Amino acid sequence: MMESLFYLASLVAVMATVAALTRANAAHALIYLIVSLLAVAVLFFLMGAPFAAALEIVIYAGAIMVLFVFVIMMLNLGESGTAREQEWLAGRNWIVPGFMAGLLLLELMLALRHGAGTTSGVAVSPKAVGLALFGPYVLAVEIASMLLLAALVGAYHLGRRFIVRREQR
Amino acid sequence: MLNGLRSQLQTLWTILQHSFTRAETVQYPEQMPYLAPRYRGRIVLTNDPDGEERCVACNLCAVACPVDCIALQQGVKEDGRWYPEFFRINFSRCIMCGMCEEACPTNAIQLTPDFEMCEYDRNNMIYEKEHLQIQGTGKYHDYNFYRVSGLAITGKDKGEAQHEAQPIDVKSLLP
Amino acid sequence: MTELGAISFGLFIIVAAVGGAAVLTWFERRMLGIWQDRYGPNRLGPFGILQVAADMLKLLTKDDWVPPFADRAVFIFAPTAIVVAMLLGFAVVPFSPDLYVLDVNIGLLFFLGMTSLAVYSVLLGGLASNNKYALLGGLRSAAQMVSYEVFMGLSLMGVVMLTGSFSLRAIVEAQRDMWFCIPQALGLFTFLIAGIAESHRLPFDLPEAEHELTAGFHTEYGGMKFAMFMLGEYLGLILISCMIATLFFGGWLGPWLPPLLWFCIKVFALIMFFILLRAAIPRPRYDQLMSLGWKVMLPLTLLNLVVTGAVALWLEG
Repeated sequence: MMESLFYLASLVAVMATVAALTRANAAHALIYLIVSLLAVAVLFFLMGAPFAAALEIVIYAGAIMVLFVFVIMMLNLGESGTAREQEWLAGRNWIVPGFMAGLLLLELMLALRHGAGTTSGVAVSPKAVGLALFGPYVLAVEIASMLLLAALVGAYHLGRRFIVRREQR
Repeated sequence: MLNGLRSQLQTLWTILQHSFTRAETVQYPEQMPYLAPRYRGRIVLTNDPDGEERCVACNLCAVACPVDCIALQQGVKEDGRWYPEFFRINFSRCIMCGMCEEACPTNAIQLTPDFEMCEYDRNNMIYEKEHLQIQGTGKYHDYNFYRVSGLAITGKDKGEAQHEAQPIDVKSLLP
Repeated sequence: MTELGAISFGLFIIVAAVGGAAVLTWFERRMLGIWQDRYGPNRLGPFGILQVAADMLKLLTKDDWVPPFADRAVFIFAPTAIVVAMLLGFAVVPFSPDLYVLDVNIGLLFFLGMTSLAVYSVLLGGLASNNKYALLGGLRSAAQMVSYEVFMGLSLMGVVMLTGSFSLRAIVEAQRDMWFCIPQALGLFTFLIAGIAESHRLPFDLPEAEHELTAGFHTEYGGMKFAMFMLGEYLGLILISCMIATLFFGGWLGPWLPPLLWFCIKVFALIMFFILLRAAIPRPRYDQLMSLGWKVMLPLTLLNLVVTGAVALWLEG
C-alpha cells in the first residue's frame, strides 16, 4: 500500500517536473512546478519526514511559488512571451542540460546501488528536527540566517533608496 | 497606534449596540413608507379651482426638461386662450428632477409622491394628456393663473371675464 | 477511531462544512442587516432561510461562461483549488475528544499549508482572467498573503511552545487549566488579524475591493464558478473560526455541556465576531495594509515569540 503510493507520487512528481520544463506558457509551467512540489511533499511524508513535508508545502508551495506567480503577473508576458519561450525550448538547447541531468541520474543510480539512500523507516518528529538543527548543524543554521539577514538588509536598502529618491522629486 | 486600536474597538461596540435598535427600513409592498407631499414622483397636470385646465401650453416645461421627455402642441380656444392639444410625457426618459414644475408659470404641471410606475412594455411608459390630467388642484388649492395675471380674450379685456379679478397693477404703489 | 469511521466522518464534515458555508451566506446578510438597522433577506421561508436555496438555484442555472480571452484550463481550475484546500484544512480540526478525521503530529502545519495553498485559487483566477481588474486583484492578494502568512505561522508558535507539540488535540488538552487566550493574548490578536487577511474577509478584502476593482480577481467569474469562490471564502471563515477556537479558546473544553456543543458555541461566537468586524470596520488603504503587516504585526509577533520562549524556559527551571 505505502509502496504503491510512493511510486504514484514519484510518477506525479517526475511527470509534473517534465511538464514544467517543457511548457511554453510561464503560468502553466509554474502550476506544474507547484504540483511537483506537492508530490515531493507527499514523498517526504511517506518516507517518514512529516515535518519536512509540511514545511515543503508551507514554504515552497505556499510562499515561494506565490512570489514566482507574483512576478509572472507583474511581467505580463502574454503571447509574445510564449512564442519566445517556444523558440528557446527548441532542439539544440536541450543538449547540455540533458547531458548534465543524465550525469546526475547516473550518479544517483550508482549511489542507490551501493545502498546509500535507504531510509530508517522511522518517522522523524518535529522535535528531532529541531534538535538536529540546533545541535550538530547549528553552524549551518547560523550561516544561513546571516545570509538571509544580509539579503533582508540589502532589500531594505534598495527599497529605501527608491523611496527617498521619489520624495526628493 | 493604541489610539487607533481603541477607536476600532469603540466602533465595534457601537455597531454591536445596534443589535437592539429598530430597523429604519420598512417592509415595502405591505408597509408603505411615508413620502412627503413634495416628493418628486409621477407627473400630473392639474385643474384650477374652477375646474378648467391650468396648462396654457407655453412650452416652458418642455424647454426646461433636461432629458427632453415632454412634448406638447399648443392649440387656441375660440376665446383666444391657449391650451395643449396634446401633452405627452415619456416616463421612460423622465428623471423626476422637477425642473418642469419649477418652470411652470401656472402651477399646472406638478410632481406627486407616487413612484410605482412599472410596465412590461416600454410604450406604456409614454403618458398622454388623458393619463396625466387629474380632476383636482394638486398642491396649490386656490391658485388661479387668470386671477393674478390675465390675457385679453375676444370681447373682454384682462380681468373682465367671468370669476376674474382685475390684474394687479405692478406699477402702482397703492394697496 | 477506526479507518472506516474516520472516512465516513470526513465525508460528513465535508457535507456539514459546505452546508454551513451555504447557510452562513444567508446568516451573514441577516446579521449585517440587523447591525446596519435594516432587515436583510427575510422573505423566503422562516426568517428568510430559504434564500440560501433560491441563491443556489440561481447560481446553478446561470450560464457557465468562460471568456474567450481567458486561459481556459487555469480559469476553470482556479475556483476548485480554494474549496479543496479549505475542505482539506478541516481534516485536522478536533471537534471533540473522539470526533476528528486526522490526528497527526503536524496538524497545525498541515492547516497552515492548506491555507497557503488556497491563495493559488485567487492568484490563478486573477491571472487566467486576462483582465486588468482581475490581475490587480490577484497581485494584491499575492502580496497580502505573502506578508500576512509570515506572521500567521509565527503567531501560532507561542501556542506550540507552551504545548510542546504541533498536534491540535495535544494543544486542546494542554488548555485544561487555562485557555491560551490569556497567556497568548498577543498571539491571539495577531493570529486573528492574519486569519482575516488570509481568508480575505472584509476589513482586508483588498483583492476584491468592489469600489476600486469592480470585483477584483473574480470579475470575470459567474455562475457556479463564482459560487465556488464564495464557498471557499465562507469555508475559510469557518475554518479560521475553528482554528481560533481550538488554539486559543480551549476547543471542546468547557463545563456541564457536551464537548461537541462547546466547540460549536465557540466557533459560532467567533463567526459572529467576524461578521461584526465586517459590519463595523472600513477597508484600509493598500499601503496601510502592508505597513500594518510588516511594521506592526511582525514585530509584535516576534516580541510574543521571544517573551513566550523566555517564560517557558524560566518556568521549566
